[in-house]
Amino acid sequence: MDQTKKKIKTNTITLLPPDTRVFVTLFNPYGEEAQKSLELSVNTTKEELQQILQSLVKTEEDQVYTFFHNNIELVDTLNQLIASDPEYKLENTFSLTYHPQSLFRIQPITRQTAALEGHEQPVLCVQFRTHGDVLATGSGDTTIRLWDMLTETPIATLKGHRNWVLCLAWSPDCKYIASGSHDGQVCIWDVETNQLKGQPLIGHTKWVTSIAWQPMHLDEECTLVASSSKDGSVRIWSRTSLSCLISINAHQKAITKMLWGGQGYIYTASEDTTIGVWNKSGKRVQELKGHGHWVNSIALHTDYTLRCACFSEGNIEINRKQAKVLYDKMLSGKNERLVSASDDQTLMLWEYTSSKPKVRMTGHQQQVNHVQFSPDGRYIVSASFDKSLRIWDGYNGNWIATLRGHVGSVYQVSWSSDSRYMLSASKDSTLKLWSLQKKKLAFDLPGHADEVYAVDWAPIGGEKAGSGGKDRRVKIWRH
Amino acid sequence: MPQHDYIELHQKRFGKRLDTEERARKKAARQPHELAEKAQNLKGLKAKMFNKERFKEKALMKKQMLAHEEKDIEVNVEDVKDGAVPTYLLDREQQQQSKVLTNMLKQKRQEKAGKWDVPIAKVKQMSEGEMFQVIESGKRKQKSWKRRINKVCFVPETFTRKPPKFERYIRPTGLRFKKANVTHPELQNYFQLAFIGCQEKSIICLIYYTWFLEVNVSELGLVTQTGKVIWSKYAQVTNNPELDGCINATLLV
Repeated sequence: MDQTKKKIKTNTITLLPPDTRVFVTLFNPYGEEAQKSLELSVNTTKEELQQILQSLVKTEEDQVYTFFHNNIELVDTLNQLIASDPEYKLENTFSLTYHPQSLFRIQPITRQTAALEGHEQPVLCVQFRTHGDVLATGSGDTTIRLWDMLTETPIATLKGHRNWVLCLAWSPDCKYIASGSHDGQVCIWDVETNQLKGQPLIGHTKWVTSIAWQPMHLDEECTLVASSSKDGSVRIWSRTSLSCLISINAHQKAITKMLWGGQGYIYTASEDTTIGVWNKSGKRVQELKGHGHWVNSIALHTDYTLRCACFSEGNIEINRKQAKVLYDKMLSGKNERLVSASDDQTLMLWEYTSSKPKVRMTGHQQQVNHVQFSPDGRYIVSASFDKSLRIWDGYNGNWIATLRGHVGSVYQVSWSSDSRYMLSASKDSTLKLWSLQKKKLAFDLPGHADEVYAVDWAPIGGEKAGSGGKDRRVKIWRH
Repeated sequence: MPQHDYIELHQKRFGKRLDTEERARKKAARQPHELAEKAQNLKGLKAKMFNKERFKEKALMKKQMLAHEEKDIEVNVEDVKDGAVPTYLLDREQQQQSKVLTNMLKQKRQEKAGKWDVPIAKVKQMSEGEMFQVIESGKRKQKSWKRRINKVCFVPETFTRKPPKFERYIRPTGLRFKKANVTHPELQNYFQLAFIGCQEKSIICLIYYTWFLEVNVSELGLVTQTGKVIWSKYAQVTNNPELDGCINATLLV
């Protein structure tokens, strides 16, 4: 190491002379060392680092990476990045974390293109078909309506429920919709014919709180769907035989949210402050204890991958084999990470192997209502009744930023598929688009006349977002 | 009335008559006619007794018929309650918040119906004598250029008194208020809101019955259709604040 270094002053940044060499340690997104001391010149560019990474770590050919040091991105050369860290000394190794970058960019949503009328009661749940060509909305008027996104007109009204439709879920191959209502009935609809399959499935004694299909890579035919209810039980139904296979008495109190994870476990978040991890034969694998009040919402870092399992950009056909490949890549040998949001104003990061949380994330000042992992699993955004959203690191739970702007409780939040933007729906009747890079408000989207209850951004194709609320309108937004 | 069961005994021993069923049927068929004749032709005390019995019978019959009808009614979709909320709000008691009230159509419709007609008199004009109390000053109490304000007044934060020797209008500190109890006409909720000023931007800001205030409504979280946050609204005073010690007002939506 040359001790007689001359510092060249460029504006306010002090850069090291171009012939200095530094030792760099590469870390993978999980914080583990991928490669110890690499001796590099300070003028190494992003492209050169990319090539080095590709030769060291097994990566796909067209996967682009970005490099970070202390969450500051490498833009030009290593020199610039070093200059940004005043504490770095030449004797130490410089740590660089690499993250896979999404190849495509989604346009931010700026305007409303349609206000779809039809529902006679508040719209309670909204979900796009994975390809973003059909939007399904469930409402308090007991119907589910399907809207075509190309023409922004209605396709069909699915009648069959006898009370408010509280939740709905497209099957992984998007051929069926399962929906649950306020009287505890679950209906399975065949989307190709827009008809109810058989009869409504009876079994729950109180309202259905959430519905989840078994992931495609575990069952290519998508036969199993699970529903959770206020009565504390989880029922697994078979789509083909239209009967209840198992009823799991999971909790004493209501189950607020249930997810079917890719490793085969069912996660149930309950008002008894615990999260149960079950396998599909009804046996409890783990009980995650730690929260002090109701657990409102849970999310898995593989959520987006499971949703888009068999679909890909630009290809309408279903590729069932692809689901396993994509899932394994997202998991990359670790366990699924679960984040939970609770009424005790904290979030917790878990893995099903241990009943104690890995990280406890505090900061919100009121109940946290909704939490979502970004599609690449790097970030977590939480929406709370204290009118703010918070961004956290998806690997270690560190707080990154607080997003303020709403004047009423934030109800739901949805990510764009390239993990760059977040769309939040609030009680103050506006939706707001937030930029992750700038960590602030990008666009304000007013238009609803009353509270917005549900929002969804089309996963593949990501052009449109849909929202529904108390004013009974379904609004479509795009760039 | 048969005394003892000789009829049944005979029927057991020798069997029933061959036409008993038919005779019984015909007798039953005659009953409504006989009852009708009685009902129409009875008089006096017998009529009263008969009518009382009949009334009781009819009441019972009606109940039975309703009970039968209930079995036939199908479960209507109209039995579904209003006020659908998503799952995350179901177990919570939500405070009724003031909705976005600048929806043009809704406003127009309701203005026509006069739903928001507040029972307050129109703005009163106050005379000077009511508003100000003449204060005499000077060694012989002959100078009367000073006035004390009788009504509640609003003083902005940047207010500083003139030197006491020269100030014409005295604003008693007991009559200076910053907050008002504002009712929302639709929701009947009270909010304590700080007020910003009066309708007329004059030097003296007096508040009295039927006058208008501008209040800070940012904590209600109202938003216009275009997305701008509403932070101030007008409210009309509904009491006599100088007599009551507090300002009650209704929000003008």
